[in-house]
Amino acid sequence: MTSDSQIPSSPRPRRPTLFGLLRSGLPEAPPPVDEKHLRELGRRVEERARSRLGRSLALRLVDAGSCNGCELELHALQNPFYDLERFGLRFVASPRHADVLLVTGPVTRNMREALERTYHAIPDPKWVVAVGDCAATGGLFSGNYACIGAAASVVPVDLAIPGCPPRPRELLAGLLALLESAKKPAHS
Amino acid sequence: MPAPSPSSPPSSGSRSSLRELLRQGALVERHRPWPRAVVDASLWQTAGELLSGESSSLLALWGEPSAVHLSFFDQNSGEAGVMSLPCSGGTFPSIGRLHPPASRLERAIRDLFGLSAQESLDSRPWLDHGTWEARFPLGIAPRPAESVSYAFLPAEGEELHQVPVGPVHAGIIEPGHFRFTAAGETVVRLEERLGYVHRGIEKLLLGAEIDRGAELAGRVSGDTTAAYSTAFALAVEAAAGLESPPLAHWLRALCVEIERIANHLGDVGAICNDAAFPRIQAFCALLREKLLRAADECFGHRLMMDRIVPGGIRVLPQAETLRRLRELSKEIALSLPEIVQVYENTPSLQDRVVGTGRLSRELAKEYSCGGVIGRASGRLFDARRNLGYPPYPNLRFSIPVLEEGDVDARVSIRIREIEQSLGLIEQIIDGLPEGPANAPLSREQAASGEGVALVEGFRGDIFVSVRFDEKGRIARCHFRDPSWFQWPLLEAAIYGNIIADFPLCNKSFNCSYAGHDL
Repeated sequence: MTSDSQIPSSPRPRRPTLFGLLRSGLPEAPPPVDEKHLRELGRRVEERARSRLGRSLALRLVDAGSCNGCELELHALQNPFYDLERFGLRFVASPRHADVLLVTGPVTRNMREALERTYHAIPDPKWVVAVGDCAATGGLFSGNYACIGAAASVVPVDLAIPGCPPRPRELLAGLLALLESAKKPAHS
Repeated sequence: MPAPSPSSPPSSGSRSSLRELLRQGALVERHRPWPRAVVDASLWQTAGELLSGESSSLLALWGEPSAVHLSFFDQNSGEAGVMSLPCSGGTFPSIGRLHPPASRLERAIRDLFGLSAQESLDSRPWLDHGTWEARFPLGIAPRPAESVSYAFLPAEGEELHQVPVGPVHAGIIEPGHFRFTAAGETVVRLEERLGYVHRGIEKLLLGAEIDRGAELAGRVSGDTTAAYSTAFALAVEAAAGLESPPLAHWLRALCVEIERIANHLGDVGAICNDAAFPRIQAFCALLREKLLRAADECFGHRLMMDRIVPGGIRVLPQAETLRRLRELSKEIALSLPEIVQVYENTPSLQDRVVGTGRLSRELAKEYSCGGVIGRASGRLFDARRNLGYPPYPNLRFSIPVLEEGDVDARVSIRIREIEQSLGLIEQIIDGLPEGPANAPLSREQAASGEGVALVEGFRGDIFVSVRFDEKGRIARCHFRDPSWFQWPLLEAAIYGNIIADFPLCNKSFNCSYAGHDL
């Protein structure tokens, strides 16, 4: 992170301290937005939604059978390295306050109803992002008696961010693509 | 109930141990490293009685289509074992009736296999919510699914009200349902309902090759992937009668200690955040992020998933990345006193954590409660020490224990365990043995073998049992997450606290949903 060479005025090695986070060079520069995500999303986002939402999206996560790996990395997005909120992206507690539903896990049958109810509780316009391999494809758990599989078989998915789990930078790149597509005029 | 055989010890007030009981059963040949014996219903029942005594701990209780198995740890002798009871009639004598910690395990056995515990105190379903493709999906005769009605335990009294929470929670956490009954703000009963993230992992393991088994083991609980993979690898190696090379053991321990520190940092931060002190969380999250990046550099994956496999370890870290990890470990060690200083000297924080969510020593002991939760309530047990698997007998570390059993004690134990694990990381990096990190393990070697392992993950001891068929495919594999014996205690710890302190209590337990639900 911070090395001595970057801060020539500091004679001693520095470590971040509890009260000195501000001097630590955080957060980091955001990852570049993936053109592929952009193209995929552009066509899905309507003009009306863009003007309503501006450059801000509220996120609501439903773990629908995840191993908790994806959750750890979603948590990491809120740490001082990534600081998700500076992009206008923030996690909210209620689906009523959300624009985006994030789904993790291979949608267990025991979570299906909760996922559907959360989706329906989010006001339109809304987007759904399948986070991680399980939600994207069902992963290792497809076809088992207790799982339905990909999130897309239960709710309409706009974007999938693959990975097991996706790294925070990959999550951030995917979410930024969603944000960009909600901001710009639609690609045709 | 069959009469006890003449060789059986008297069932109550007996000084006999579970290991002695095991000798009266029929020993199974290829079960390692602990003995397994097939017993009759009478010995099984005596085992249940002994489990409620002073010197024995229940490690696991799991099913098969027509048998149930019970694993125990005998504190006096420091020995562990497994006993199996054939139950061709579809029933077995309830252990939960004699030893309540077994109750939810028996309900899970019934849901998965259709085997019923006779005279059990709670016959409600547990994992099965009536939504699966079939009832008893792992049993001899699966049945068509039927809807499940679920009655929560009653709490009666004037002006009591219920607060249902979940399965979808407010934060980025796993799903489960909590049913609170409160008198005003005070919780008089909490009942958990879990099973929402049941993925049917044990069914997927039936007939699986070793590689696929390892993949699944690493995803039982993603936050504990290194410890689960290690436990699975040790159980498979025991079944095959093989020992992986010393370097593999050391690198696995390195992964598991990184995992322990990363999770403890996350938990300490999250607990403080729930007590309206986000500054410590930001700082802990920063240290955690640095550590995960170092893990990524060393092993090519931030959570070290799919790195530890039966036979050894897949990735060899470069000397330079290890050197940087060691530096980081020092940096974290230097930061800890500052966290402790702020934590202990912030009155608002102390006010929330001291005396909150107290778990008694007696309950922690009765439930063989492992990990931080047990050790914060005076239960000195750590699989790294008590069943000393490699490389831990060659490493110096202490196991912190406190008696208070409150949120504060669980925070303090975590901080002290971080210190110990940082010391372990340095010792491991400095002492890495020479040689290969992998010894190929073939399915022929595993064929017909049976193995068990108990590995200390960040939540406590993880139990794995695996049995191979004659072709070297997995015939049965069971994982018991430490949370099985911790979730029920959260219900006890919250009693008499206010609802607003539940998040603190819950975070200080940080039980696994995925690991429990499987």
